[in-house]
Amino acid sequence: MSLQELPMVFVLLGLVFYVVLGGADFGAAMWQFAVGRGERGERIREHAHEAVGPVWEANHVWLIFVLTVTWTAYPAAFGSLASTLSVALFVAGLGIIVRGAAYALRSGSSDPREIGRIDAASAVSAVLTPFALGAAIGGLASGRVPFGNAKGDLITSWLNPTSIFIGALAVAFCAYLAAVYLAADAARRGDADLVAAFRVRALGAGAVAGALSVAGLVVLHEDAHRLYHELVAGNGLPALIVSVIAGLATFALVVRERFEPARFTAAAAVAAIVAGWALAQQPIFLPGLTVEQAAAPHDVLVTTTVAVLGGAIILFPSLVLLFRLTLGGHLGHAHEERAAAPVVRRDLVLAAAPGLLGRIAAACLLAGFGLLTVAEAGWAHAIGVVALFGFIVVGFAGTVPALLEGEPES
Amino acid sequence: MTHSLVTLAQALGPVQQEHLLQARQMQALSFAVHIPLVCFGIAFPLMVLVMEWMGHRTGDPLYLAIARRWSRIMVALFAVGVITGTILSFEMGLLWPNFTATFGGVFGLGFAIEGFSFFLEAIFIGIYIYGWDRLSPRAHMLSAVPIVLTGFTGSLMVIAVNAWMNHPGGFRLVRGEAVDIHPVDALFGNSYLWHELVHMYLAGYIVTGFVVAGAYAVARLRGRWGRYERTALVVPLTIAALASPVQLLVGDWAARDVAESQPTKLAALEGLGRTEKGAPIHILGWYHDGEVKFGIGIPKMLSVLAFHDPNAKVEGLDAVAPDERPPVNIVRICFQAMVGIGTLLALLGAIVLYLRVRRRVLPEWRWFYYGLAAAGPLSVVALICGWIVTEVGRQPWVVYRVMPTSQAVTAAGGIPVGYATLWIVYLAVGAGVVWILRRLARAPLPVGGD
Repeated sequence: MSLQELPMVFVLLGLVFYVVLGGADFGAAMWQFAVGRGERGERIREHAHEAVGPVWEANHVWLIFVLTVTWTAYPAAFGSLASTLSVALFVAGLGIIVRGAAYALRSGSSDPREIGRIDAASAVSAVLTPFALGAAIGGLASGRVPFGNAKGDLITSWLNPTSIFIGALAVAFCAYLAAVYLAADAARRGDADLVAAFRVRALGAGAVAGALSVAGLVVLHEDAHRLYHELVAGNGLPALIVSVIAGLATFALVVRERFEPARFTAAAAVAAIVAGWALAQQPIFLPGLTVEQAAAPHDVLVTTTVAVLGGAIILFPSLVLLFRLTLGGHLGHAHEERAAAPVVRRDLVLAAAPGLLGRIAAACLLAGFGLLTVAEAGWAHAIGVVALFGFIVVGFAGTVPALLEGEPES
Repeated sequence: MTHSLVTLAQALGPVQQEHLLQARQMQALSFAVHIPLVCFGIAFPLMVLVMEWMGHRTGDPLYLAIARRWSRIMVALFAVGVITGTILSFEMGLLWPNFTATFGGVFGLGFAIEGFSFFLEAIFIGIYIYGWDRLSPRAHMLSAVPIVLTGFTGSLMVIAVNAWMNHPGGFRLVRGEAVDIHPVDALFGNSYLWHELVHMYLAGYIVTGFVVAGAYAVARLRGRWGRYERTALVVPLTIAALASPVQLLVGDWAARDVAESQPTKLAALEGLGRTEKGAPIHILGWYHDGEVKFGIGIPKMLSVLAFHDPNAKVEGLDAVAPDERPPVNIVRICFQAMVGIGTLLALLGAIVLYLRVRRRVLPEWRWFYYGLAAAGPLSVVALICGWIVTEVGRQPWVVYRVMPTSQAVTAAGGIPVGYATLWIVYLAVGAGVVWILRRLARAPLPVGGD
């Protein structure tokens, strides 16, 4: 693999994470809506909402990662695909707005009628977004996005047989992944009723996704022959086989109620499909343009690679922490009170400090004015800014306790 | 240095787009919706953390109750910030594909790092919000520290890109394509970055401080004034009161940098038609035909402010061809609004600080609380006006004197449809946000446990 192709690997990894994590959030929103009324339906809804809560935002940043790395490392190809696929991407964007807003609003509501409406909006957007993003990928995969500023057809680039198939597949994957994860979460909580509910859903959605994948091969055969050929007889074949095995393994694990390993096999089955697409399509990015040709100059690729790897060093431990806390039940609203720690009463700041703090703050302000406003040199400006921030911090420490404790209750 | 708009920087070829103005307005709308949320992303986590720390230090459950309530508002606003930010990153490609195609390699790194920043922010907000009941106080407060830090690094990255657009460097242009690219230099070796960063970072604290304090000022005006309201008012008010006078000095610094790097923008925001020595400033008035009509003029003041010399020569709008000038009145009126509001806010801050020093009390006058209630929305107006000054003042360029906006835009049709749709969706989201904030404000205060 060349340096020119390395960022594409990052992009695809980001896409895989987005699909297996963010996709499951969309799936959860679908299940939240697609349950009956009554007490059991309510519990399923709450379970789907709560399981997603702590991880929702983080899962969706993967999409931003995908976009930013693509436009940094493959700028002209990004400009081409974003302009031609603008309608599909705009629809996906609207779906993301609605899903995110619904998520934010839901936490402020307790009225069942309001929640019902919010969940409905959420479910519509949760179908729309994966479909539109999948359809956009279908446009890329079937070679309908030419190089240039909106040079492709704004509609048929994403509403064509391949796109519709991949869009539908994306929706099915989201529902499938969510059902498996939610069954596993329910099993962790030891809620047999919820486990049964999501077990059935996982098996059903898995069967639908599998059947859709097979039917899709027919579509690809007719509509995107090169991709089809590479997928069933070329570079993509190993990934396809992995996906089939992982899918069957998930089925078996879910049947036997072994949900924790099923999380990973389900994710692997979906990830392998993304990998299969990439392997089948490579080295072509857009018609007549390979990934290598689309890549930015050497220095840009080096800095991007360094930035991504450096970011990953910080990111992955944080993500592991988040998921360990979430899956270990350390996050979420307490169902019982935590034992209250012994209360230590202390004053906010030392009694003698305020007068001194006031004088330091005044000195900082004066120094800041002299160095930032009167002086001309860059280094003076830098120190001046630090002094002014010092004024704010010290001034805060000197002001707040007096104002909080200075007045009698009224 | 004059350029002609014919020096086209473009990777995807020339563009015809009849709806350029709508594309710009669509971007502006997306930005205006997102940027107040950014302020809360920058400043609110620290305010919540300070409140929580005060609670653990004094053992007073009131502080913890406030921190807890604020953190629910924080996460709701953050969620809306995530989606409006996602839309902005979509629009980089949907509206400005030629800009991204030509210069993605130069500025893209900033957004890639910002993406990581955003990531960490999202992760730790999840831990902080859902960890209230389950983590030890120390672990819980520690989980807020990355949120505060990434609020800073995120704005650093985005501002680095904006500063580059205003003061581009780190590449050469050969036949319309960027070559010899040094992304690190382009983004962080840019003298223009620092004043923009500090100005925006402070604005985050001022907007958040006045908006939150303003909400409790309204409570006081309605007769609710217990220990809870006073405490929840004092902390954000103090931060805003300290930051707003400092912002005057930082803004002055920013204007001096603009005078040096973007003389045309300075000329537009002061309405200076002709290059002159000892240039005046005008307060209020209307720019027409090369001069400010009906304004209050202060002779030589512009030369003094911009160059610290009453006789310094200041470049006027006539230094560039008419089609390379920004729309003067929009930029100038927004500039005056920003400076005017900023000065009033600084005055409000100075009153608070003066009374604190003299008498150790909060102001008692009713008019002060009316002013404070108005300061919240006014600070948001000033914020958006400031960004209009920067962004419209850069027109007709997307990359200052390198690429005109008209060549950055998409060739795709349907921009008006997208623009109208976005308005509808954002109005709905805005209504939703107002609804949830009212709902959260009405919820009973969780003093003690939950």
